[in-house]
Amino acid sequence: MIICERKPIDEIKGFIAGKKKVLLVGCRGCVTVCNAGGTKEVEILAALLRLDAQKEGVELTVDEFTLERQCDPEYVDELADLVAKGYEVILSMACSVGPQFLSRRYPKERVFPSLNTCFIGGALAHGVWAEHCQACGNCIIHNYGGMCPVSRCSKSIMNGPCGGSSNGVCEISKEVECVWHLIASKYMDEGRLEEFAPIQPIKDWSKSRDGGPRKIVREELVK
Amino acid sequence: MTREIKTNSNLEKVLASGAFAVTGELGPPRSADGHEVAEKAKHLVGNVDSVNITDNQTAVVRMSSLAAGLLVQKAGIQCNMQMVTRDRNRIAIQSDIMGAYALGINNLLCLTGDHQKFGDHPQSKNVFDMDAIGLIQTVKSMRDDGRLLSGQELPPEGRPKIFIGSAYNPFADPEKYRIIRTKKKVDAGVDFLQSQCIYDMPRFRAFMKEAVDMGLTEKAYFMAGITPFKNLGMARYMQKNVPGILVPEEFVKRLKDVPKEKQAEEGMKIASEQIEEFKSMPGIKGVHLMLIEWEHMVPEFVKLCNLLPRPKL
Repeated sequence: MIICERKPIDEIKGFIAGKKKVLLVGCRGCVTVCNAGGTKEVEILAALLRLDAQKEGVELTVDEFTLERQCDPEYVDELADLVAKGYEVILSMACSVGPQFLSRRYPKERVFPSLNTCFIGGALAHGVWAEHCQACGNCIIHNYGGMCPVSRCSKSIMNGPCGGSSNGVCEISKEVECVWHLIASKYMDEGRLEEFAPIQPIKDWSKSRDGGPRKIVREELVK
Repeated sequence: MTREIKTNSNLEKVLASGAFAVTGELGPPRSADGHEVAEKAKHLVGNVDSVNITDNQTAVVRMSSLAAGLLVQKAGIQCNMQMVTRDRNRIAIQSDIMGAYALGINNLLCLTGDHQKFGDHPQSKNVFDMDAIGLIQTVKSMRDDGRLLSGQELPPEGRPKIFIGSAYNPFADPEKYRIIRTKKKVDAGVDFLQSQCIYDMPRFRAFMKEAVDMGLTEKAYFMAGITPFKNLGMARYMQKNVPGILVPEEFVKRLKDVPKEKQAEEGMKIASEQIEEFKSMPGIKGVHLMLIEWEHMVPEFVKLCNLLPRPKL
């Protein structure tokens, strides 16, 4: 899923400075699962903003609404009646697709992102998420023991581990595991080193973001 | 072992002659001051066979390795231009290889490069379009097959006749895998390999035995990397903080047992003993001296190690 985290509260307060009427929009997709922008997080942020306004002695109304998904126009449409009530600022609590879809659908509104979109990943433990994919557009993990060197190696190298791998961690930080250490160890433990020894070719990045912004058209689904 | 000479590299000639080769290293300045490069180069001319010019090492911005390398060559010694894949995509890489060769560079050291997180511009975007092994393949393809990665052909007179180098690190992890990665570099077509700083001699001996047994030392020239300790603090720092470098307690103790003003001398003595062993170690064809920001000590050090005179070929 897409892993997000809330922006620092001061940055969000900056978006609404001097405004009196704010709509906070959550999303029931990835950001609900990663506890960044679901109904609960919308509620918490709204409460924080109200409390802060109260402390500062300024008038502020924060309305809350959570959409099924912000990355789908049919759900974004559901916001039309609420938006028509007139808000000075709409804060989206989805990944960055959300505020972009809200802005496109409601072009007169001032929409701000309340989350930072961090990466495509999964939960390692409750409250811990790690990057596992960089959407390179051409999955090759089967060549690497089911692990992704593109997203999980700091240098995205194809023939690791590099000389910076020490005690299973990456040279950039002891907090970063060396995926190449895991890959090499797996092949060695399984006695499959001969499969791992050949040179892996230079990667074709044209299907990645390097080929320009991407779009998929599935003819059978297009009406 | 006789190998065909492929380039105009002095280092290649020395290695092919069977002489024990010596390379040095020079870090370009963090400025546009070319005089500093020329000053440092003076200590290396006549004392080593060629000089590595680092490419923004530790991801700290410095004068480009091509520019500094040309300044060094003007001072009278060939350089081993280092090129990392951190900052260039395949378009820039191939373009820089052509330009470097056209300007007189004969040796290129192919590296992946330190991550920019260590450097002075951690906010920068990295490239890593390919890794060091991909870079070795790229240079080899341009030189031997006369082809760019796109398949575009280079005219015979337009092929960069470059002596291809890279690094090998027997001390990183997983230990058993290091020889495999080195083999990949040999398979990719590397001509010479320089190791990271060696302090753990037993592990290095075991690694070289494997390299010899696998026939790798027949296909590429292996050089042993040496950095003498300047003092006890440096040894301790490297022991604790530098990933992939193992400093045995025995060396730390030797430095500790001499007065502070004698520590540099002791550090050079330790290194010279290592070099004596390398001279007769199977598979080792030379040493790579990394006296970084200590270039002025190179003349004294090579003398101490009986590495003079350097062959004139």
